[in-house]
Amino acid sequence: MTAAENHIEVRDLRLSYGLKEVIHGISFGIRRHEILGVIGPAQSGKTSLLRCINRTIDFTPDTHVSGTIEVDGEDVRKVRSVYALRRKIGMVAPLPVGLPLSIYDNVAFAPRSAGLHRRADLDAIVEQCLRQAALWDEVKDRLESLGTKLSGGQQQRLTIARALSHQPEILCLDEFSIAIDPVTTMRIEDVLKELRKHMTIILVTNLTQQARRLADRTMFMWKGEIVELDTTEVIFGENPKDQRTRDYVEGIFG
Amino acid sequence: MFAVRAAKRAPWAVVGEKIIEALVYFCGFSAIVFVLGIFVFVFKEALPIFAHEQFSLTEFLTSSDWYPTSESNKRYGVFAMIVGTASVTVLAMVIAVPFGLGAAIYLSEFCGQKTRETLKIVIELLAAVPSVVWGFIGLTVMSKLIVQYTGTPVGVNVLNGGLILALMSVPIIVSISEDALKAVPDSYREAAIALGVTRWQLVWRVLLPAAKQGLLAAVLLGVGRGVGETMAVLMATGHAVHIPHGVLDSVRTLTANIAAELGEAPAGSDHYRVLFLTGVLLFTLTFAVNLIADTIVRGIRRK
Repeated sequence: MTAAENHIEVRDLRLSYGLKEVIHGISFGIRRHEILGVIGPAQSGKTSLLRCINRTIDFTPDTHVSGTIEVDGEDVRKVRSVYALRRKIGMVAPLPVGLPLSIYDNVAFAPRSAGLHRRADLDAIVEQCLRQAALWDEVKDRLESLGTKLSGGQQQRLTIARALSHQPEILCLDEFSIAIDPVTTMRIEDVLKELRKHMTIILVTNLTQQARRLADRTMFMWKGEIVELDTTEVIFGENPKDQRTRDYVEGIFG
Repeated sequence: MFAVRAAKRAPWAVVGEKIIEALVYFCGFSAIVFVLGIFVFVFKEALPIFAHEQFSLTEFLTSSDWYPTSESNKRYGVFAMIVGTASVTVLAMVIAVPFGLGAAIYLSEFCGQKTRETLKIVIELLAAVPSVVWGFIGLTVMSKLIVQYTGTPVGVNVLNGGLILALMSVPIIVSISEDALKAVPDSYREAAIALGVTRWQLVWRVLLPAAKQGLLAAVLLGVGRGVGETMAVLMATGHAVHIPHGVLDSVRTLTANIAAELGEAPAGSDHYRVLFLTGVLLFTLTFAVNLIADTIVRGIRRK
């Protein structure tokens, strides 16, 4: 597969917060409609990587980024509209962040901000996204109540619905299951398998088994570098190339 | 490991804790005691006026005849001053609220770290200017400017008082609104930005709704300042008992009236008591403003 066919292409990405470099020149590609699992212990640069891709890193003062990230062959640092870029990417944070709005308004937030105001269109999007996030049946009768009043697991599914609301091509999930119970986690995992038909998914996770269950390929990051990136079978199989990968997935360190 | 189980706290630590607990309790309740105390004592001075046959509360509130020292026919109507206070406060808020909120939004969301620090120091300095200095500026600088640009014969009027009061309220509104905006969790900002909104959409659709209680508090503190401010408006409004027909008319406010006349009213006279009654009225007004604010805030919270 050539580089041009990759959905996201990262070349020699370096990131420093102040004087401290946290990503030390990594290069890799993400294919269209794959689930890429990103595993690794805390402080290995996983979240920072996501924030570089949708350029929310811009809002952290005193950061320096070098190298390139191309989404659809376009350098994210040179796109004409950073807002359009961000709408192309759905982002789900580790802890659910319900905006202080109603359930409906939370999901309709991005479409409205993009300039969509027809009620019928919004209704359709809200229903579709909530269905995709496996939340519709639980909230369809109280769309006007505050999103922050939902339970933790429901809120997380609400943020997934919201991340889907601007019809992204790429969905980034950053340790989405930290705050939710195993049953809900499983339901969301089923949702992700379904969504993969429509979009590329980057799944950052601390649960190595989650990557094993879902990811087509898995990337093991450690201290700001890629230790190994290969198909999930290889990473979790008998013979990963790097000893550290084997140790990590077997729970020996990290 | 067992040392922790066997350990005993020193007696002074146990007693000390009780004392501090009592102190904190006292501090909490003293606020209520003081407020009640002020109300009781001001009201007590005003109360005997109601025993007076000629005095009518309706007339006090609705008449704009204020002749407390007339030989033959003393009349005590503060309606013109209520209008005076209201007009100056409303004008001040019309100017100060958009200006203050705008400044707060700029400080909290748009400007860089260095600019913010500098501006905050300047704004705090502005808040530290004594009100008599503001009054002085109104009386000399502002009044000349108003005469020059509007051609009105008298420069001390509603416009002057409103402008001065706006300048005085802006620092309060800015610093409290900025705190309210800063208190909105950064995760909201990140979440909204990740959804592809512009900075302005972020402010408008997320930050302002999320911070509305704090912002309302800021505005109402501004209103409180406007209603209660005395010295600056006394100097800047012209002190004429008169219902204004435009912003270029002179007015007298409730507070300025008390400040100017209480020293000359013999203790225990009707005049003296009516001035205290004006104090009760002011107290009631600010209480009403706070109550309304509280209700609104609570209403917002319930939703």
